[in-house]
Amino acid sequence: MAADALTEPQAEPSFYDIEDSHHHEAGGSTLLGFWIYLMSDALIFATLFATYGVLSSAYAGGPSPREIFELPLVAVNTALLLTSSITYGFAMIAMQEGKLRGTQLWLVVTGLLGIGFVGIELYEFANLIHEGATPQTSAFLSAFFTLVATHGLHVTFGILWLGVMLVQLGQRGLHPENQRRLMCLSMFWHFLDVVWIGVFTFVYLLGVLR
Amino acid sequence: MFTESLARTIFGRLTFESFPLHEPILLVTFIVVGLLGLGLVGVVTKYRLWGWLWREWFTSIDHKKIGIMYMILGIIMLLRGFSDAIMMRLQQAMAFGDNPGYLPPHHYDQVFSAHGTIMIFFVAIPLIVGLVNYIMPLQIGARDVAFPFLNNLSFWLTVAGALLVMISLFVGEFSRGGWLNYVPVTNLQNSPDTGPDYYLWALQIAGIGTTLSAINMVTTIIKMRAPGMTMMKMPIFCWTALCSNVLAIAIFPVLTGAFALLMLDRYVGTNFFTNDLGGNPMMYWNLVWIWGHPEVYVLVLPAFGIYSEITSTFTGKRLFGYSSMVYATVVITILSYLVWLHHFFTMGSGASVNSFFGIATMVISIPTGAKIFNWLFTMYRGRIRFELPMMWVIAFMITFVVGGMTGVLLAVPPADFVLHNSLFLVAHFHNVIIGGVVFALFAAMDYWFPKAFGFRLDPFWGKVTFWGWVVGYWVAWTPIYIVGLMGTTRRVNHFDDPSLQIYFVIAAIGAGIILIGILAFVIQIAVSILNREKLRDTTGDPWNGRTLEWSTSSPPPAYNFAFTPQVHDLDAWYDMKDRHAQRPTTGFKPIHMPRNTGAGVILSGLAMALGFAMIWYMWWLAIAAVAGLFVVAIVHTFNYNRDYFIPADEVAQSEDARTKLLAAGA
Repeated sequence: MAADALTEPQAEPSFYDIEDSHHHEAGGSTLLGFWIYLMSDALIFATLFATYGVLSSAYAGGPSPREIFELPLVAVNTALLLTSSITYGFAMIAMQEGKLRGTQLWLVVTGLLGIGFVGIELYEFANLIHEGATPQTSAFLSAFFTLVATHGLHVTFGILWLGVMLVQLGQRGLHPENQRRLMCLSMFWHFLDVVWIGVFTFVYLLGVLR
Repeated sequence: MFTESLARTIFGRLTFESFPLHEPILLVTFIVVGLLGLGLVGVVTKYRLWGWLWREWFTSIDHKKIGIMYMILGIIMLLRGFSDAIMMRLQQAMAFGDNPGYLPPHHYDQVFSAHGTIMIFFVAIPLIVGLVNYIMPLQIGARDVAFPFLNNLSFWLTVAGALLVMISLFVGEFSRGGWLNYVPVTNLQNSPDTGPDYYLWALQIAGIGTTLSAINMVTTIIKMRAPGMTMMKMPIFCWTALCSNVLAIAIFPVLTGAFALLMLDRYVGTNFFTNDLGGNPMMYWNLVWIWGHPEVYVLVLPAFGIYSEITSTFTGKRLFGYSSMVYATVVITILSYLVWLHHFFTMGSGASVNSFFGIATMVISIPTGAKIFNWLFTMYRGRIRFELPMMWVIAFMITFVVGGMTGVLLAVPPADFVLHNSLFLVAHFHNVIIGGVVFALFAAMDYWFPKAFGFRLDPFWGKVTFWGWVVGYWVAWTPIYIVGLMGTTRRVNHFDDPSLQIYFVIAAIGAGIILIGILAFVIQIAVSILNREKLRDTTGDPWNGRTLEWSTSSPPPAYNFAFTPQVHDLDAWYDMKDRHAQRPTTGFKPIHMPRNTGAGVILSGLAMALGFAMIWYMWWLAIAAVAGLFVVAIVHTFNYNRDYFIPADEVAQSEDARTKLLAAGA
């Protein structure tokens, strides 16, 4: 490392890195950049949470959370998503051990759990709309649908990304570029889990307590 | 009947009436813009420049070229934004008593909304982002930014947003809700037209570009500094760029969120900001100002960085109080996030809330004041060279301090109750944005232009620009301060009290003087290009600079530095000159560089198509554009061949050329 060379006492300091020893690892920048992107995405969710907080009791004559939320269904959904984070973790362990098969397998399991999550969410939304609790009914429902659907859209996007990664793994195996992308997707997937814990607590559990 | 429904399916709500053929002002503008555009296309076609433009510029992922393209975008949009300003000044100078002026209210409201939107989002932001793009990687001794492709995409997304705003001039109309597109004016029931939709789509697309660019710059500064450059040895402009971009990442998502909610209100019929069914319009104001106030610091912090670099260079001294400058910048970054409510003290949040935000606002003047003293002490006992960039610094210090003081005045809640929404406020923020940001941008263009193009800007026309802007600013805005203090409100199309007219006439004259400054700037560039041989800089260091960008040639080669510099001191290039560092002339190695790609242009074109389709309810086009965005983005990820090596002899060739130039100069 160049930094080490600098600490050694030198009569004539070196002003140019002649040996070209100073390499930037592209992967390191990508992970940091992606992490910063996730923080910016977290701020979009923060905006939606704050809006929900302000509007969460603006029922405008429409239904209240207690009347429409079905906690058992949401509990199943939460379990699906949290499990999918664990299976993604298994995929990453397999990747680090250099096992392509195992990585693919665990990614498929993760994707299926994600599809299950989105499916149940759509079923919940369809039920609500069928009962007349639409996003247009009240500010509370506008905020509820927007917050939860934004999370759901993120998961959908994650599933699409996962599908693309499976194709690229099939084509090129555990190419360093693919490994880097899988690590980004991993952060994205766990991030959505953390956001969901917020949604589950703040929207569903506290909503039913009201 | 059938053709009508077919037309509706294809064109949505776009009809012949959407084109403002009955408005002579717009028609003439359209014809002029059209002719200019055709002329430009003709010239590019005649000289067969399309291929060159596409290969060397549009698809380029070189941070220097992207920086220059950002600057060109900002300057073009400045001309558009300034014509809006002149139109408003004329209207307000004329429209007294029986004279209704020449702009009907419906049109006038669009003009002031477009003026503010364009000046902040498509002039100030592109110019600042462009400068950071060009200068920052050179100052930290890097060969490019962390994500070169993303940089190209960010730029083209900004262009897509700017184009949508320009299209709104001739197809349909622009928002009448002010520069932040305020509800309830922009709720669907009050503005069923396309105006707010143009605004929302243009700014969402450009805003995503700005966010991505900020992520890119922060990662670059954290990860790609030259060996030896610790954070506290980083040039002050890079520090301000870092803080500015961190702040941008912290605020743009909130704006994106707020705009998305307003879009849902307008397209889906939700009730976030409506007046009924539980909606809360003030929620929109809170969200947009959580973005809005820090945004002025996103713009002015790099401006402070520019002034610091210039003051230090042109006084031939190390910057006074470097570390206090860094801390002041960081403190401003944090505080700026805690003051947004001062934009609507009159909302009625109560004395304790208003006191908190009032005091937080006043506290910002402390680190800012520290900066002013740092610049003064840098100049103290320095050998000051009054060249153009330094002249802008002096004008800034005199002008900006007044703007800062009126800002502190407005931060006092009881005073704000009187001055809220008055022209005093409008004069205040023009004072800080022109005196702070615009002056810095001109200073920076005079200062770094030789680095980017290899020749200096003509000093005579630069001085005309300078005096036009500085004198014009004071003539235009002093009367506005006065009428504002007397209680005149903003966004007014017509006045009844004839005693006010003289103030607006003087303000219009001031705008005319600024126009001289703007025209002189255009002439300055043209004259400099013509006289480029006389103004040529062969040394790469025309101002006796102190930071690393001056250690390489002007313009720098694609790879910036043949060998990465090693940094030992704060003013790294000054230190190298001081200790007679020898520039290596042999032993060049191949240099690893990213490859150009057209994906950014294509994605941004599709994003623009999506915006246009959504504005006009052309659902088929919107669906096609979204599908296209996904396909192009995914196909792009299948490209693993993204970099190449510049061969060693090519590096040796351009470095030898520089060696000869330096020898000839010496």
